[in-house]
Amino acid sequence: MSEKKQATETKLRREIKMGDLDPKFKSEISKVPGSENIKLCFQCGTCTADCPIARFSEIYSPRKIMRMTQLGMKDRLLSSESLWLCAACFTCVDHCPQGVDIASVVRALRNMAVKEGIIPDVFRELTNNILKTGYAYRIPELRLKNRVEKGLPPLPKANLEDVSKLFDIIAVSKVKMEKK
Amino acid sequence: MAGLKYLLFLGCVIPYRIVSYETSSRKVLERLGVELVEMPEFNCCGLPIDSVDHDAMLVLAARNLCLAEQQNLNILTLCPGCAGTLRKVNKSLQEDKKLKERVNGFLKEIGMEFKGGKIAVRHLIQALVEDVGLERIKDAVVKPLTGLKVTEHNGCHVLRPAKYIGFDDPENPVMLKRLIEATGAECLDYMYETDCCGAPIIGVNDKIPLYLAGDKLRNVKAVNAQALITVCPFCHMMFDINQPRIERLLSEKFGIPVLHYPQLLGLAMGFTSKEMALEELRVDATKILSTN
Repeated sequence: MSEKKQATETKLRREIKMGDLDPKFKSEISKVPGSENIKLCFQCGTCTADCPIARFSEIYSPRKIMRMTQLGMKDRLLSSESLWLCAACFTCVDHCPQGVDIASVVRALRNMAVKEGIIPDVFRELTNNILKTGYAYRIPELRLKNRVEKGLPPLPKANLEDVSKLFDIIAVSKVKMEKK
Repeated sequence: MAGLKYLLFLGCVIPYRIVSYETSSRKVLERLGVELVEMPEFNCCGLPIDSVDHDAMLVLAARNLCLAEQQNLNILTLCPGCAGTLRKVNKSLQEDKKLKERVNGFLKEIGMEFKGGKIAVRHLIQALVEDVGLERIKDAVVKPLTGLKVTEHNGCHVLRPAKYIGFDDPENPVMLKRLIEATGAECLDYMYETDCCGAPIIGVNDKIPLYLAGDKLRNVKAVNAQALITVCPFCHMMFDINQPRIERLLSEKFGIPVLHYPQLLGLAMGFTSKEMALEELRVDATKILSTN
């Protein structure tokens, strides 16, 4: 086993200290709309068994994320890369025998991570694009011209005043949008 | 059936990279007698920002819904992501009075109010199946694609979560298959047909989605399908634009043309491959034309 792999294994099996657990965390999450049933997860593993991402990832396991949430392993969850691997295909949501909206729990955890300043670059970029153009992608001028030349209707300019006002009210702009 | 009219919600990714989907959809819908009204303006549906801030997703979606309410027209989207998001928010705000009040509190600041119950949101294939109807589509086919064998990939948000979408059977989806069969082509089954393409996590981790989409392409090839048919710009990007990248990563050759459903239907309706923007696809799709 390589040194790097060994280090990762050790990290994964890192000892859980009872003092690091937040017993109220699951209640906090269950107050987020959509995540009400988090306490009902009984670890059957249907979500992970049916997850297309889990078939190709060694670290992504929705079952594990649910258990860590129930145990209140907040810090480890919010800083975990695997939190951002859910593709929101909703297969687990449809299949969960306990009616846990797993994708909503993952989303609630991501929102929480963002509030702590943890956000993958790609999401920072999408958010910035929406704020600056109204659209999730920056569409090059040439492409906008091309579509009109092809006979397609011009893409309307978004109402940026409204978008930025809404972002201000719900404090999205407070998200640290600059790269760390 | 006369007078089918929708407000077209184009979304971001179609004008950004997948214009062929828009071109073919507009032509096909027009010939089927469906009128598309342009939105005077709109913003991102909200889906990409849900992971960053759920409230931001809600207000972006609700703002678009308000714009549709002002026009008093049902929304038609080509992108399942937009359809799923707008549909889910439309339903949640109608059913959850408290949520509606909260979102309207935000919208008040920009002089808007979500009323609810006024408009519906439809994805292209739902509109084709439920509003236009399979019979009318079959009647419009003048050059049946007899002998062509294809496979389909639905796109998750057309079907799931079932409690919000309520269209087709997510475990055994048949609607896109029926639409494909209406063109005269045969739609084959393949392993892991209903699995996600992986596109939403591109940018966070590229390898997983490339392996996932590669696995699907391998399964499509295993049943000797001549093409894969999609109804989502993200899935299309994954299977078509990324196909050479997947082939390099897996050291495997697929060469599977990936067509938007309206392109396939358009060919059967007698449109030329140029009119259906087939040349804009990354993987050469003209080879399927010679089979019929």
